[in-house]
Amino acid sequence: MSSPHIFEGHGVGQTMFRVMAALVPGIIVYVIAFGPSILVSLAIASITAVAVEALMLKIRDYPVKPFVFDGSVLLTAWLLALSIPPMSPWWLIVTGTVIAVVFAKHLYGGLGNNLFNPAMVGFAALMISFPAYMTHWPAPMALTSAHLGFADQLSYMLTGSLPAGMDVDAINMATPLDTLKTQLHLHHTVSEVLRMPIYDVIGGKGTVWIAVMYLLGGIYLWRARIITLHIPLAFLGGLFLMAAFFYLKDADHYVAPWFHLVTGGTMLGAFFIATDPVTAASTPKGKIIFGLGIGALTYVVRVLGGYPDGVAFSVLIMNAFVPLIDAYTQPRVFGHVKQEEASR
Amino acid sequence: MRTLHTFHGGIHPPEHKSESNGRPIAQAPVPRHLVVSLRQHMGAPAKPLVQPGDKVLKGQLIGEPAGFISAAVHAPTSGTVTAVEPMTVPHSSGLPDLCVAIEADGEDRWAEHSPIDYKSASPQAVLDHIRDRGVVGLGGAVFPTHIKLQVNGKLETLVINAAECEPWITSDDLLMRERADEIVKGIEVLQHLLQPAETLVGIEDNKPEAIAAMARAAEGKGIDVVAVPTLYPTGGEKQLIKILTGKEVPSGGRPYQIGVVCTNVATVYSVHRAVNLGEPMISRIVTVTGNVRQPGNFEARIGTPVDELLQLAGGALPDTSRYIMGGPMMGTPLPNSGYHVQKASNCFIAASDSLFPPEPPAMPCTRCTHCAEACPVNLRPYELQWFIRGKNFDKARAYNVFDCIECGCCSYVCSSNIPLVQYFRYAKSELMERDREKRAAEMARQRSEMKQQRLEREKAEKAAKHAAAAAAAAKSETAEDKAAKQAAIAAAVERAKAKKAEPQNTENLSPAVQAEIAAVEERRTKSGEAVNEEA
Repeated sequence: MSSPHIFEGHGVGQTMFRVMAALVPGIIVYVIAFGPSILVSLAIASITAVAVEALMLKIRDYPVKPFVFDGSVLLTAWLLALSIPPMSPWWLIVTGTVIAVVFAKHLYGGLGNNLFNPAMVGFAALMISFPAYMTHWPAPMALTSAHLGFADQLSYMLTGSLPAGMDVDAINMATPLDTLKTQLHLHHTVSEVLRMPIYDVIGGKGTVWIAVMYLLGGIYLWRARIITLHIPLAFLGGLFLMAAFFYLKDADHYVAPWFHLVTGGTMLGAFFIATDPVTAASTPKGKIIFGLGIGALTYVVRVLGGYPDGVAFSVLIMNAFVPLIDAYTQPRVFGHVKQEEASR
Repeated sequence: MRTLHTFHGGIHPPEHKSESNGRPIAQAPVPRHLVVSLRQHMGAPAKPLVQPGDKVLKGQLIGEPAGFISAAVHAPTSGTVTAVEPMTVPHSSGLPDLCVAIEADGEDRWAEHSPIDYKSASPQAVLDHIRDRGVVGLGGAVFPTHIKLQVNGKLETLVINAAECEPWITSDDLLMRERADEIVKGIEVLQHLLQPAETLVGIEDNKPEAIAAMARAAEGKGIDVVAVPTLYPTGGEKQLIKILTGKEVPSGGRPYQIGVVCTNVATVYSVHRAVNLGEPMISRIVTVTGNVRQPGNFEARIGTPVDELLQLAGGALPDTSRYIMGGPMMGTPLPNSGYHVQKASNCFIAASDSLFPPEPPAMPCTRCTHCAEACPVNLRPYELQWFIRGKNFDKARAYNVFDCIECGCCSYVCSSNIPLVQYFRYAKSELMERDREKRAAEMARQRSEMKQQRLEREKAEKAAKHAAAAAAAAKSETAEDKAAKQAAIAAAVERAKAKKAEPQNTENLSPAVQAEIAAVEERRTKSGEAVNEEA
C-alpha cells in the first residue's frame, strides 16, 4: 500500500444513483402530464437491463455483483425509457434495452470502454427499426378526452389491446416538434401552428414542465460537482444560436430559439445524456466543442432532417469525434510554455 | 494585502490538525539506543567515519558527504558506536540502508561546536558551515540546503514554505507558534546570503496562531507573512511559488530559474541553529498522531526509535494495524513501528482500518475527469492511466507523466478508486529504466564503433608498415641476413614447442574451479554477444 492513504471517491455507484435521483423530479412531472405508464416503461427497462447486464458479465467472466450494482446499467435503462414514447409496447422497450446493454456497452468492453452512449444507441436502433412506434406519443392528459387509467395503460403496453371503443389514434398524437414540422410543410406559418392546442406559451403543453424539471435536476448535478456546465451550456448555446440565426432571418418559417430549448429531448440530452462521462469529450475546451456540435447538429436534424428530434443522432455523431477532440484540446500543463503538440 | 494567485485543481481533505496542535512541543528524552541512517538526504549516502566501539560526542561528524549532492550526518548524542551496518530504514522500497547504531552514555556531552558570524564571513564560508552541519530540507525532499542556497544572479523572491498543507501534520505549526523569533533569525541568514528583493512566508490560513506569531516576529525585518487559502497541495514548492508570485517554475526546472528560492520553515530554523549556535542537524520536531492516546509534537533526536515516540504520545491504540511516516497524502507506509526518526520524519501516524479505511477495489475508469479537475499540475490522469495500462509508455511521456508531483489528489478523488499515483510511479520508473538502457546501448554502440575503427586503423597501419619493410628488405637483404633470420625463426619455433610441453596452470584443477572458469568464459562470450547486439 502506498500513498495516498485517504480517499474521498464515493464509487461509481454513488455517482450513478445521484444522477438517477436528479431525474426524479422530471419523472414526477412526466407522470402528472402523461399518466403513470412511464413508470411501467422505467420498470421494464430496468429489469431487462439488470438481467442482461448480469448475463453479459457472467458470459464475459466478470464479477457480477460490483458491476450490476454500480448503477450504470440502470441509468442507461432510465435514459432510454425516458427517451422513447411512454406507453410503448413492452417488447419495444426490451429490444431497445438489450441493444443498448449488449451491443453498445458490453461488446465494446463494458463499463468505461464504450465509444457510443448506450441509451442513444438503443434509441437510434429503435427509431430506425420501428419509426411508427417511436413517433407516436400519447397526448398529454390535459388535451385528450380519451383518458386511459393506469390499468388500461398497463394492459395496452403488455398486450396491445385497448378498452372497447378506443383506437390508437384517439390516444396518440404527434409531438410538439413533429407537429410543427408537419404543419410547416403544409405551408402554415409558425405563429399559426403555435396557436394549436398542444402548445403552451413557449413549448408543448405538459412537456415544457418536464423540461424545466430536467433543467433543475441538471443544476443539482452541477452543484453536486457530478457534471461541469461546459457540455450542457455549449449544447444549449449551439442549439440556441443556430435557431436564433434562422429565426431572425425568417420568423414565419423558423420557430423561436427558446422553443427548441424546451421541446423534444433538449434538456434531458443536455444535462443527462451528452454529459455521460464515458462517451463525452473530457477536456474543458473539448467539452465545449462537443456540446456545441451536438446542439448545432440537433437543430440541423430537427429542421432539415427527416426525424422529429435530433438529440440522439447528434450525440452519437459527436461521440465518434471524441478521441479526436480530446487529442487536440489538451490543456497546458503547469510549467509548460504552451500546449505540447507531442500529445497527438 | 498581496494579490494572491491560484493553481489549477487541489482538494480539501479533512484536516485533522486539532488532534495534535493543542499541546506545546514536548522534549523527547534522549533514547538509550539510536539508529542513524547515513542516507537522510537526497543524493549519495554519507561515508561512515566511525567504527563499532568508537566513542562519539553529541554533534560529532559520523558520516561525511560523498559527492556533490550529499550531506553530513552527526551523532545525535554522546555514546558508543555499536554497529555500522545495513538496517531497516523508513523508505517505501523497504530495503535496508547503511546505518550507525549508537548506545547513548546518558551524558549527552557536546562535541566542540562554534557558530559563525554570517555577516562578516564570506558567503562561501557560511554555505560551507551550513553544509558541514548536515542541514537538509525538512519539507520532505531532504535536499541539501547549501546547494539550494547557491544561487548565481539576482534573486527576486525568497519564499519560506510554511503552508503545511498535509492533513494531520502540525510540526511546522507548533514550531512557528513557539519559536518564531528563531525562525526569523534563520530567515535573516538566508536574506543576507541571497539578497532577495522580497521575502515571503506562506502559511495556510488554517493556522491563525502561527500566522500571528510569525507576523509579530517578522515585524520590521523586511519579511512579509502571507496567509494563503487552505487547499492541498499548497505546500508543494511549485504550487506555493505560483500562489505567492504568479510565476510558474518551468517543467523539469528549478525555482532559481525564475528568480525564486523556496525553503521550508523548519529548515530555516535549522539554519539558525547551525549558523548562530553552531549546532548540526541532530534533532527535529515530529508530530505523533492518529491512532494514539495523546497526539502531540515532540522535539526528538534523529535516530530515536518510533516506538519510544509512540509511548510518549500515550501509546498506539490496540487496533493500530500500520503506520505512516509523513502525511496521509504523500507519506511513506510503514508496516510496523520498528523504525527510527530521520531528518525527513515530520510526522508519524498510527493508522487503523477505522481511521484510514483501505481503498475499495478499483472499478473501470468512467472518464468522469474528477482527477483532471483536481490535478494541481493540470495533467489528465485518466488518459495517462489508459496509456499506462496499455503499456504505452511513450504516450504517457507525451502526456507529461514526468510533471506529476505524486501529490495524490487524483487517487483521492477518483470515483472508481483507481490507484492512479501508483500507475504514474510505475510509468516513471519504467521510462527511467528504459532511458538508462537506451543510454547504455548507445554507449556500447559507440564503444563498439570506436573499437572497429581502431582495429581497421591498426590493420591499415600494420599493412603499410609491412609493405614498407618488405620494400626495404627487398632492396637491402643479403644472403647472410636471410640465414640469420631463418635461424631466429627456427629458435622461436623450438621455444614455443618447449613451452607447450610444460604443464599449463589451468590443468589438473578441481572440477569446481574448472566449472567456474567455464562459467566465466561463458559470461564473457555472452557479454560480447550482448555488446554486438546492442551495436
